[in-house]
Amino acid sequence: MYIIIVGGGKVGRGAARDLIQMGHELCVVERDADTAWSLNNELGEVALLGDGAEIHVQRAAGMNRADVVVACTGRDQVNLAVAQTAQTRFNVPKVIARINDPRNERIFRTLGFHYTISATTAIVSAIEQEVSAGLSRLTQLRSSAFVLAEMVIPPLGPAVGCQVGDVQVPSLAVLALIVRDDDEPVIPGPNTIIQAGDIVIAVTEPQHESGLRAALTGDA
Amino acid sequence: MRVVIMGCGRLGSTLAQELDREGHQVTVIDIDSAAFNWLNEDFRGSTIVGAGEDIEVQHAAGVPRAEVFLALANGDNRNAMAVQVAKHIHNAPRVVARIYDQERAEVYRQLGINVVNPTTILDQMVREAAFGADESNQTTA
Repeated sequence: MYIIIVGGGKVGRGAARDLIQMGHELCVVERDADTAWSLNNELGEVALLGDGAEIHVQRAAGMNRADVVVACTGRDQVNLAVAQTAQTRFNVPKVIARINDPRNERIFRTLGFHYTISATTAIVSAIEQEVSAGLSRLTQLRSSAFVLAEMVIPPLGPAVGCQVGDVQVPSLAVLALIVRDDDEPVIPGPNTIIQAGDIVIAVTEPQHESGLRAALTGDA
Repeated sequence: MRVVIMGCGRLGSTLAQELDREGHQVTVIDIDSAAFNWLNEDFRGSTIVGAGEDIEVQHAAGVPRAEVFLALANGDNRNAMAVQVAKHIHNAPRVVARIYDQERAEVYRQLGINVVNPTTILDQMVREAAFGADESNQTTA
């Protein structure tokens, strides 16, 4: 596949390195000359020097024949502009956008960009997972509205000892898997008894996460 | 009408003051507080320091209740994102973006955004000034 990455910073460079190793044809558009030089130095002649939001630069990069465009600069307004021109002007089949400020996820989704990467959100949820016994979001499921979430059942949680069928979880939440120490993962049925220390993996919509957490862990 | 203007440069400040004098309720957003020095002392509208494409800054500036949102900052990418946030998140009924780049202006028009492209307008005006209204059309052709 021919992949164009706009933005050759840490994220873009890391992606470029992996994608080249996987055998893809690659171009990294980078506006800083030193960064472009160092990209070429490490990865071979991959960098195109220029502002990747400019259509003439996109044309020079061969965006009309790109299979994938990854907009991963450190500025959300640039990533949005790149994503929109790639899609509208060059009909690129797959556009992936990086979101720096998690509050901007909403506008990207509203405008139809479902393939997004948000390092901030990923790091925040990794931290949450470590510090809280509550719910942490593992990932957004592709282009759907659903997320995969994980909870650890606290010893005195309201659900301990209850059957899965009796726990009042939000209607748009499905308990998908229960993982216990030294045991095989269990696909929960209505009669499965929830135990303290269980790791519950659930599929839900973001707005039902707090209801799910309340039902299983007691945290509001 | 309630009007929110992003960008308090020459154009943004001029428009803000005109609309204020005409009796509109004007709020100006700029990322740099020094930009508000463009406004005269008799300007009665409000000013907010912040990034105009930020959902929460727009909220604080009253975009959800505004009839008009104008993105007149200097960056095309910023203006384009700002009007789309105003339109799609805050449901601003009328939005206009200044987009300098002609090709990108075309892309955003296709996406249903009201775009003003100063390059095209000035190109035409310079032609008319230099060659006269009639001949300028011929040189275009």
